[in-house]
Amino acid sequence: MSIERRNRQIGLGLFVFYLLLYGGFVLLMAFDAQRLQVLGPAGVNLAVWSGFGLIVLALVLALIYGWICRSGSSADSSDTEGQA
Amino acid sequence: MIYEASPIAVACFLGFVGVTLGLSFFLGRKAKSSAGYFAAHGQIPWFVNGVAFAGDYLSAASFLGICGMIAFYGYDGFLYSIGYLAGWIVALFVVAEPMKRLGKFTFADALDARFQSKGIKLAAGISTLAVSVFYLIPQMVGAGVLVQPLLGFPHWVGVVLVGTTVILIVVMAGMVSTTWVQFLKGSLLVVFSTILTVMILFRGLTEEEGGADGHHFVTIGPLKQTDPVSGTEAFEAELAESWGIAVAKVVPAEGAWTDKPFVRIAGSSGDPDAVWHIDTRDDGVYLSETQTLHKAADGTVLVNGRPKGSKKGEPELFQVGHLSDLPGEMTETGPLGPLEFFSTLEESEVVLWGNQKLAHEDGSTTTVYFQKPTPGSRILQPGTHPRFQGIHSDNLLDKINLLSLMLALFCGTASLPHILIRYYTVKDEASARKSTIVGIATIGFFYVLTLYMGLGAMTSGTLDVTNSNMSAPLLAYSEGEWLFAAISAIAFTTVLGTVAGLILASAGAVTHDLLGSAMGIQMTDQQQVLVAKIASVVVGIIAIVLGIVFQELNVSYLVGWAFSVAASANLPSLVMCLFWNRTTRQGVITSMAVGMTSSLGWILLSADTFEKVYGLDPALAIAPFTQPGIVTIPLGFLTLVAVSLKTQATGLPARDPAPLENG
Repeated sequence: MSIERRNRQIGLGLFVFYLLLYGGFVLLMAFDAQRLQVLGPAGVNLAVWSGFGLIVLALVLALIYGWICRSGSSADSSDTEGQA
Repeated sequence: MIYEASPIAVACFLGFVGVTLGLSFFLGRKAKSSAGYFAAHGQIPWFVNGVAFAGDYLSAASFLGICGMIAFYGYDGFLYSIGYLAGWIVALFVVAEPMKRLGKFTFADALDARFQSKGIKLAAGISTLAVSVFYLIPQMVGAGVLVQPLLGFPHWVGVVLVGTTVILIVVMAGMVSTTWVQFLKGSLLVVFSTILTVMILFRGLTEEEGGADGHHFVTIGPLKQTDPVSGTEAFEAELAESWGIAVAKVVPAEGAWTDKPFVRIAGSSGDPDAVWHIDTRDDGVYLSETQTLHKAADGTVLVNGRPKGSKKGEPELFQVGHLSDLPGEMTETGPLGPLEFFSTLEESEVVLWGNQKLAHEDGSTTTVYFQKPTPGSRILQPGTHPRFQGIHSDNLLDKINLLSLMLALFCGTASLPHILIRYYTVKDEASARKSTIVGIATIGFFYVLTLYMGLGAMTSGTLDVTNSNMSAPLLAYSEGEWLFAAISAIAFTTVLGTVAGLILASAGAVTHDLLGSAMGIQMTDQQQVLVAKIASVVVGIIAIVLGIVFQELNVSYLVGWAFSVAASANLPSLVMCLFWNRTTRQGVITSMAVGMTSSLGWILLSADTFEKVYGLDPALAIAPFTQPGIVTIPLGFLTLVAVSLKTQATGLPARDPAPLENG
């Protein structure tokens, strides 16, 4: 149970974290889009930065999750090729 | 635009289809049992499965639709990229591992793991079929759109061609070959998109007066006469003077032309009338050149007043997509860095194209395409596309519509049947997790590239003003015929792969969920595979027919539809079954039925459907806004909770999954 349950809790935690940021972006866009016009680093506006940021963050969280789960569940992911 | 079949493109295309079919034959010999047919024996390596996720997911809508939307409207198309990728967070963190643990062939297996209920299998089977068929329509329409310029065939031939090839692939080999085809296509799509992006950055941005075909679009002004329509005589004199001609004659605005921002100037010596767009800017009134497409009731088509040609050099609409102003005195930037590309565009001006359709009394229509010079800073922020106009309005319903769309994109991914079945092709939960991570990396990288490709197409001078879906292939064409051939062939394989996955998901639903479980028909392993193959052929034929019937509809519009229905019907049951141990059989069935019917009903009663499908006045629509997700997804959850709480006594207590309150 424990590994499965731990994975699920970590997953839900990361999910909520991403949901807050994604939700924040969407709400900002719907109700205060002016803020996204502001130029950020390198003369690129915040709309482009936040879009790229959300995509990169998804990958980063996925990698963190994969890494944490891997360290705890080597038993269930050992290479037992041939098992359906 | 006139498209001519290029021998290179045809050869490239046939090569792709040949390899795909050959692979299917080769791998198909191995998959004789139902476990092999539906789930590739759970033997697919996680990395391959991960890239195959990208292959499944990056459908015609992602590649053609998003690039096209960015090319025509800027940042708004990128919102789809953000939303589509965010959906994978739900898939990875919430759905992936339990799905793998509880199911065997279809996602109904996972839902039903606790209940063994025929009702759930029936509901899940129907919902899988409904979502798959809705998702199939845009893929088939996209296939037709692609084949037209590539091979010079009419739309229906393209649809039949794709349909037949896919049916062959699916019938021959099932999930093994589908997975490898998806792997191949996913890899090629990402590799060639990267090549295209590097080329865009190397080319940089250049000031132009028109598209790649060399036509310069004329704008005159500011005019002294600020009201061209009523101040006719003085206006005619001014026009004649500015053009250095003897007489310019304005055609009176009658019928459908009344009160439109256009003025028609009579053609001299047999030339057709020219339509100009009246463009009021801060420093006065300008007239800018338009392009017109006139469709007579008898089917004849005129472009810019002349009969549409069928070969190069004959009358056709001009290519568009040019940058009218670069920052400072620059006329050409040379190679740009990935961030410099945006910062330069931010200070430039790009000519976008608007259109207005005029319906005349004799049953003919004229679509006027007019120039909209737009600052780069406007293009790089949301709110240019009509669907996203809520961002800059005070209308609360428009804003809710936008939130609703973004919610549907977020929730839809993890509810798509053809994505969910891919969790059964790997051997265990860890592989399911790892392949999802590979999928996110591949898909995320591709979505970053969409912004470059879309904006690159916008400024490439190769756009077809009537067809945004062709933007990415046409962008490739501006870099050379080989690249065009490769990109078109990949786009075509994209359609093949996604359609194959959808047909397999439907076949699985029919065989396991509807016939096997819900109707209780006992089948041997071989019979199951046979039934699935027959179901594949039937679903394939349905898809071909729908692809021809719906050819006029916008591809991404239909995909949004499928996402909303998938999220409303499937997600509540999926999430609650996995995370709320008081969920009951009745709760699941009712919430699927309510989610599916309410989202479908909402879409059928919405303004977009009234306008684009029924051809009615959108103001008559009953649904207050177009996107149902924000209402129907919570409705699905509420229904499930309410019915489950009511039916606690009859529901079986949950043993698996491990109890964890609060979903």
